[in-house]
Amino acid sequence: MTPSRGQSVMFVAASDYLATITQLYSGGFTMCIDLTAVDYLMHEGRTLPADVVAQRFEVVVNLLSITSRQRMRVRVQVADGESLPTLFDIHPSTEAMEREVFDMFGIAFDGHPDLTRILMPEDWDGHPLRKDYSPGRIPVQFKGAAS
Amino acid sequence: MTTVDDRPTAEQVRTQQDIGSLNSPITSAGAATSEGGQELQPRSTMSQKAIMRESGSVLRMSESAAAALADVAADSQEDQTMIINMGPQHPSTHGVLRLMLELQGETVLRCKPIIGYLHTGMEKTGETLSFMQGGTNVTRMDYLSPLNNELVFSLATEKLLGIDGDVPERAQWMRMLLSELNRMSSHLLFMATNGMDLGAVSMMLYGWREREQVLRFFQKVTGLRMNHNFIRPGGVAADLPAGWRDDVLALLDMLPDRLAEYEVLMTGQPIWRERLQGVGVITQSEAIALAATGPILRSTGLAFDLRKDLPYLNYNEVEFDVVVGVHGDAYDRYAIRLQEIRESMRIVRQVLDKMPSGNYRIQNKKVTPPPRGRIDESMEALIHHFKIFTEGFKVPEGEVYVAIESPRGEVGCYIVSDGSAVPYRMHVRAPSFVNVQCLPHMMRGGLVADAVAVISSIDPVLGEVDR
Repeated sequence: MTPSRGQSVMFVAASDYLATITQLYSGGFTMCIDLTAVDYLMHEGRTLPADVVAQRFEVVVNLLSITSRQRMRVRVQVADGESLPTLFDIHPSTEAMEREVFDMFGIAFDGHPDLTRILMPEDWDGHPLRKDYSPGRIPVQFKGAAS
Repeated sequence: MTTVDDRPTAEQVRTQQDIGSLNSPITSAGAATSEGGQELQPRSTMSQKAIMRESGSVLRMSESAAAALADVAADSQEDQTMIINMGPQHPSTHGVLRLMLELQGETVLRCKPIIGYLHTGMEKTGETLSFMQGGTNVTRMDYLSPLNNELVFSLATEKLLGIDGDVPERAQWMRMLLSELNRMSSHLLFMATNGMDLGAVSMMLYGWREREQVLRFFQKVTGLRMNHNFIRPGGVAADLPAGWRDDVLALLDMLPDRLAEYEVLMTGQPIWRERLQGVGVITQSEAIALAATGPILRSTGLAFDLRKDLPYLNYNEVEFDVVVGVHGDAYDRYAIRLQEIRESMRIVRQVLDKMPSGNYRIQNKKVTPPPRGRIDESMEALIHHFKIFTEGFKVPEGEVYVAIESPRGEVGCYIVSDGSAVPYRMHVRAPSFVNVQCLPHMMRGGLVADAVAVISSIDPVLGEVDR
């Protein structure tokens, strides 16, 4: 566990991701408050613990324990094109959040019941919150307006 | 809490609903839409697990209840159900929320919220605005509680800067004052829209009228009715204007009588109670599994409020009660919000007593621009002022998540900084975005007329759902 600005942060390998969340769940972290991702394409030299291999994406899960009033942040390194197992079976609240991450970053979650776009139109090209997605250079896409 | 004791508990109601759906013949609509994958699909094209999820199982229901839902799809008589759209232009959907409902007669079998119609890429925009400018962006997400959004962004930035312990006391108390007044204005608007959705149209006028009084105070303090950009990293933008105390006291004197009128108009009215009691029930375990926060979580009887449980600002120095419900229904959520207005008034009164004098923003040259008067006197101040407004201030590398209690639940801000003056990534955990997931679970087995009451009781703000 690595503290960051006084907050509890855990770095977890993708292979241990599901097991760690399950373990934390039985340890009282029963609410998955937030799940989001960061694209570190333009910030590769970020500070990480020595044993963590930096990858392009990082999925960040914020857990909350209601009983002990604690928060825990789990950070997972995900390479471009790789996927993570879904947390839906442990935390049903991640359904929309994982869809949002898929929509915005293109990170797939294996076993997610309905991995479709949630904010963008379903026929949209690209994933807007990726750092190499440039909103200015892409022609505006209009659904059904192709002549 | 005003509740009726002889009503069944949330768990009992849920069990009754499960039995109800077991007995009703459920059939396939067969009406495939051509819009693509985001929408509600006919049962014939779906897996058992997907149907279970969409019809409202949180996967932690009892074996018998799960089996009952799984059985539903096996029966496939045609033409008994239909899939209809509600929204995105429906007036009761509080913006552009679109629901696809599978109906059998008037009973809602499945519901799928479809969002994104208001998606404007605010998180992407947040990566181009400096920490100085970021407040203008986040304040537009939840436009009914803009000050809470500014507050959470400022708290996260301050934590990254390492100045979260140095913000002057007056600034902290001013933030509490504005945050609580904002909670009152937001809940007053909920009273208005909830009344309007259920046909109590006069309530709509009363709610807007009282909210306007609060917004008038905001206009006096911040210059704007909404989207203030007033709470900023390091403190607030300006000191309270002369006569602010009288204005707040006038508000606090006006509201109790008005709230008593609401009680007569709505709480005590049998039609109102009939429309809300037992409608949109959610159990405590479901609310936790779905990470619902705010009045929805508290309506299930769990007294969890970040102001009390994970205090920020000076909330540990004021006295207030966390209002909880018993049944987890739309009536409890209405009663909780009404009572929370009174609790917020209680906090505001204490803030009036405790408001210290002093600086309203941190005197740290790195974050705070020099006062206007200094610019005329000093060249350095002019340069400094220019640099802070053109380049912004640099924030040390790191990442931080800060959450506060907004009127709708936990609003959180996750900021990653790469050491520049612009956030590398700015994510807002919007309470409405997560709470909207409760809709299928609240609507299962209910009537389509109650769907309006259920949407209203979630109190979603589509600006922050879609961001």
